[in-house]
Amino acid sequence: MGSGDPEQGRAETSGDVLLEMRTTENPVAIEIVGLNKWFGKFHVLRDIDLKVMRGERIVICGPSGSGKSTLLRCINRIEDWQRGRVIVDGTELTEDLKKIDEVRREVGMVFQQFNLFPHLTVLENCTLAPIWVRRMPKKQAEEVARHYLARVRIPEQADKYPGQLSGGQQQRVAIARALCMQPKIMLFDEPTSSLDPEMVKEVLDTMIALALDGMTMVVASHEMGFARQVANRMVLMDAGQFVEVNEPEAFFTRPQHERTRLFLSQILR
Amino acid sequence: MAADLQAPFIRRALLEPEPPPLAGGDALTRGRARLFGGVFNTVLTVASAIIIAALVWPALKFLLIDAVWTGASRVDCLPETVGREVGACWPFIKAKFVQFMYGFYPASEQWRVDVTYALGAALLAPLLIPAVPYKGTNAILFFGLFPVVAFFLLVGGVLGLPHVETRVWGGLLVTLVISFTGIIFSLPLGVLLALGRRSHLPIIRALCVIFIEFWRGVPLITVLFFATYMLPFFLPDAWRIDALARVLIGVVLFAGAYMAEVVRGGLQAIPRGQFEGAMALGLGYWRMMGFVILPQALRLVIPGIVNSFIALFKDTTLVLIVAIFDLLGQLRAAFADPNWATPVTLFTGFAFAGMIYFLVSFGMSRYALLMERRLNIQQPR
Repeated sequence: MGSGDPEQGRAETSGDVLLEMRTTENPVAIEIVGLNKWFGKFHVLRDIDLKVMRGERIVICGPSGSGKSTLLRCINRIEDWQRGRVIVDGTELTEDLKKIDEVRREVGMVFQQFNLFPHLTVLENCTLAPIWVRRMPKKQAEEVARHYLARVRIPEQADKYPGQLSGGQQQRVAIARALCMQPKIMLFDEPTSSLDPEMVKEVLDTMIALALDGMTMVVASHEMGFARQVANRMVLMDAGQFVEVNEPEAFFTRPQHERTRLFLSQILR
Repeated sequence: MAADLQAPFIRRALLEPEPPPLAGGDALTRGRARLFGGVFNTVLTVASAIIIAALVWPALKFLLIDAVWTGASRVDCLPETVGREVGACWPFIKAKFVQFMYGFYPASEQWRVDVTYALGAALLAPLLIPAVPYKGTNAILFFGLFPVVAFFLLVGGVLGLPHVETRVWGGLLVTLVISFTGIIFSLPLGVLLALGRRSHLPIIRALCVIFIEFWRGVPLITVLFFATYMLPFFLPDAWRIDALARVLIGVVLFAGAYMAEVVRGGLQAIPRGQFEGAMALGLGYWRMMGFVILPQALRLVIPGIVNSFIALFKDTTLVLIVAIFDLLGQLRAAFADPNWATPVTLFTGFAFAGMIYFLVSFGMSRYALLMERRLNIQQPR
C-alpha cells in the first residue's frame, strides 16, 4: 500500500467508524483490454481499452447510442461480450458466476431509472444486499443504511416506499443503496438524465461529495459542469469506440478531435 | 386579471387548498338521479328490478318459506303428507350430514378429522389476518408442519391411532384434502416451472416447456383416469401407491402447469431494470428472484392465482369418475337412498352443495381482493 493510497485518506477524512478499512495492494481498479461486443449484428463496442487507477474519476460522454451504458454494464457484467478482457480489482470477469458475484459485491452501480425495489421501503432497499450478500447482522446493516441515508441527506425518508419520493430523492436512495455494500468502485449510468431540472443539483452534489472522499468512479453523463469539477480524465465515445481520451482541462479548452469539438459545441450552447 | 391579458401578473399570496365541492346533494337525491335519470335509465332500473325479483323470490320460497325443516324420512317431505307445495327437504341434509362431511370415515375416529380442521383453522386464521405478527413462523407451521400432522392424524397407524384407509374417506373431507394439497403444492411447483421456462439453461428450459405443455394439453379427467386405472399396470406391485395419493399427485402436477403460466405472466411484467438493480448488488439468482422479482411478480398476478385456486377447488368434483367420493360424489350416492326419494331431494342436495362451494370460492375471491387493495395502499406506484 503506497503512501498516496486514497483509500486511507477516505477513511481518515470522513472519520467513518462504520467503514471497515479496506486495504488492497492493487493500484489498478479496472482494466479493459480489446473489448468488443455485438448486439446481434450491431457492433456496439469496438476495441475498447481503458485502465482506471484506484481513486480515479472518469467521465464518459457521447451521443446516445454510442455505447456508454453498454460499456459500464460490461464492468459488472450485467452485459456479456464476445471478445476482449475485463479485469476488475484484480479479478478477471469470465463465465464463472462466483467471480461475477465477487466483482458485483465490490462494484456499486447507479442507473438512469434508479431501479429501486418498489415493494421494499427505503431502508429495506438499503439493507437487502448487506444482509444477504455480506451476511451482515440486521441491526448493523440498518445502522450502516441510516449512516449512508444521512450522508445523501435523506435520513428522514427511511421508512417510506420509493414511490412516495421525488425523482431526485429516489436517485439519492439508489446511491445510498449502492454505498451500503461499501464498494470500492462506483459506476454511474446517466444518473441525472431522467430527473426534473430542479433535482439534478442535489444528485450531483451527492456525487461530488463522494468524489471528494476518494471513491473510484466511472460516470456516463452529459453534465459538463460536474465533469469539469470532478473528472481526472474525460472520454468521448461515438459509434462504439473511444474518440478522445484527455485531461479535463485539455478536453474542454483544446479538444483534439473534430468529433469532440462538434459534440462540445452541441452540448455547451 | 382576465381584464388585461397583456399586463404582467405577480401573485402576492399563494392560494390555500379548498375542499372539493359536494357532488349532487345527499344519498337519496344522488340515488334517484342515477337510477331514474332519463327514460333509458328508468327502463334499465325497472327491468333489473323485475329480473332480480323473478330470481330471488322463487329461491327464497324454495329454500325457506316452503321448506320442510323437521322429519325422519321421505314421507315428511311429500306434498301429500305436508298438505301444501314443498320446497327444500332439509331433514334429508340433516340425516346425511355426517356422510357429506366425512364419507365413510369410521364414526369413532371422526374426531380426528375435526381436530385436523380445527388445527388448520387455528393456523390459517392468524395467517390471513394482516395485523397478527409472527407471519414467518406461522407460515412455516401452516405450510410445513400442518400437512405432515394432518397426514398422520387422518391416515393414522402411528401413536396408537388406528389406520383409516383412504378408500373410506369421503365428502367434504376429500374435497378439502384434494384442494388444500393442490393449492399448497401447485403454487411452488408453478413458480419453479415458470422460472425454469425463463431460464438461460437450454435443457432446463426445454424440460419445463415440455412439462407445462404436456399437462396443459391433457384434460384433468384423462389425468385422473390414467393415474387411477392405467398407472398400476405400468408399475410393479411393490410400488403400489394409494389411490387417493395417485389422484393428489395428478392434481398437483396438473394445477402446477397452469400455475406456471400464470406466474410467468407476472415475471414478464417486471421491468428489466429490477433484474439489473438486483444483479448489480451481487444478489445472485435465487436471492434476486426470492426477494426482488417474485414478490412483485406474484403480487401482480394475485387475481390469476386465485382464479386457479377457485378452478382447482371446483375441479376436485371430477374425482367422482375414479370412484373417489368427494362432497358431490357423496351427495349423488345419497340420492340413491330410497328412504329419501322425493321430488325435491335432488334440488335440496344440489342447493346445499352449491352453497358450500359458493361460500368457499366467494370467500377466496373476496380475501384476494382485500389483499390486493392492502398491498396497493402499502406500496403506491
